Amino acid sequence: MDMSYSAVMSRKKDILRRATGIDYDRFEISPLTFDYEGLMNSCEYSLEDVQRILEETGVGKTPLVELENLTELVRSISSPGRGGRIFVKDEAANPSGSFKDRRAALSVFHAKKLGYKGVVAASSGNYGAAVASQAAKRGLKAIILQEVYDSRKVGQPEILEKTRACEAYGAEVWQLTVGPELFYIMLRVLEETEFFSASLYVPTSVRGIETLGYELAQQVFQREGRFPDVVMITHAGGGNVTGTARGLNKAGSYNTIVVGVSVDLQGLHMASDIDFNRKSFTTGHTGFGIPFLTWPDRTDVPRNCARGLRYLDRYLSVTQGEVFYTTELLAKLEGIERGPAGNTSLAGAISLARELEKDQILVVQETEYTAAGKLPSSQLTFAKENGIEVRRGDPKENIPGKAIVIPEGVDQIRIEDMDMEKIRRSYIERAMKMTEGYVPTREDIEFLAEDSKSSVDYVQETIRSLKVKRAELA
Amino acid sequence: MADAKRGDLVQIHKIVLEPDERSDNLPSCTKSVPYECWIKGFLVDEDADMGDEVSIRTFIGREISGVLCQVNPMYDHNFGEPQKELLSIDTEVRRQLERT
Repeated sequence: MDMSYSAVMSRKKDILRRATGIDYDRFEISPLTFDYEGLMNSCEYSLEDVQRILEETGVGKTPLVELENLTELVRSISSPGRGGRIFVKDEAANPSGSFKDRRAALSVFHAKKLGYKGVVAASSGNYGAAVASQAAKRGLKAIILQEVYDSRKVGQPEILEKTRACEAYGAEVWQLTVGPELFYIMLRVLEETEFFSASLYVPTSVRGIETLGYELAQQVFQREGRFPDVVMITHAGGGNVTGTARGLNKAGSYNTIVVGVSVDLQGLHMASDIDFNRKSFTTGHTGFGIPFLTWPDRTDVPRNCARGLRYLDRYLSVTQGEVFYTTELLAKLEGIERGPAGNTSLAGAISLARELEKDQILVVQETEYTAAGKLPSSQLTFAKENGIEVRRGDPKENIPGKAIVIPEGVDQIRIEDMDMEKIRRSYIERAMKMTEGYVPTREDIEFLAEDSKSSVDYVQETIRSLKVKRAELA
Repeated sequence: MADAKRGDLVQIHKIVLEPDERSDNLPSCTKSVPYECWIKGFLVDEDADMGDEVSIRTFIGREISGVLCQVNPMYDHNFGEPQKELLSIDTEVRRQLERT
């Protein structure tokens, strides 16, 4: 069989249909619209089923901890009456050490039920370890494909730790150099092994995370007699936001404000061999966060079930230095030492809590395990070795790929609101570009409104203004 | 004596795509280098030296071939050096909490 790049890519549709067990065509309604809820429910598990399946492998039911000392510190720099209560959902308590176990647990269970002998996942992050761990428990084989090295064979310490973790759980790990051809390798391996594609973006992956939103809403309700006011979620590919928000809704926590947070890496090219080791964060950053909002279907499956823009009320960015500083605060003030990447939304929470009333409740919905490679000292050592300046100062002076600025005080942690209007517009623009020549129906407009958490009027107005812009350019 | 013998844990290297076989949609610094891969497993060949084309059996039992590049590969990522930019944060925030 022809294994060249173009030949394998041209067999994509058939490979993925076999590897996911899903005929995505069945959910297509028009060039623009697909049946999102139909696809999400195609795996036919109720929330109770999912909770039971997760419990079988020890996933979920993680502690919710109030961070009183951190809250006190935030109040010391807030206006009188301000400084909301900060809670954290300690997801590091899951078997492989992150919320990703929830995504992997349902996918691996589903793969086994459908008769697959193994699972394949492409992840340089916690998800790979989660898939390997769940596969070990369920007696399936796991192959994890990781983007690890630049062309000098230099790898981020955080990713090298992930290789170690995956191999510790008995997976076959492919350590690859920088490049989007990871998807090509994935297709090749899926075709060769006939394993299940445990993509981050299949229905089971996102449905698994619903338990997180549901659990935290219930934990807050049982403790405080009401639902959380704000839930903060580290955002990359969109699964964490989507699953958590859907879980909150299923618990009845409809009025909770859903806030996504990413580390600001704007200006760095994600497929660049040179930029690759000039960043300290390998996920949870704007390099994934923004493109996955404006075009969710850019993934390794035909339709992405992780659709962050559908659920986000606000989207914030923080800097690498702010996250490292926050990681220190969590360890020193709360006695909880966790990996930096999982503290991205906590850094955002320190700033956002200042806006809240003292009795309001803010929940940071994850932590991740820490280990050699996954902690501020190793990541900053690596940054300095790669020519990045590290210093104390105002984090506003942070320049992705050039300078990491560690705040001099907690008051210097200041979130930046990303322009949601611009993101929505860009999403609609992309959708129109992808379907050039096709005239959207009323149903399409409604789909776009729902998919971008906007309104029919907004979508119509945006399409009109795009047409005007195009006419002017012509 | 050979560098590795059958059953040793080793690492192999493979060129997956040469630069001209890579995706067209890449920054030039990425497009100009090959797409490479490293995989660990147990040596299948009787014995082998570094640079030999060998077969390995991976942790899940699949047989894969490539060029032998490491024997008994170790994980050498570590905790890093102490970072002076982080060391005083503890004292600073405790002092701030005492003031309030």
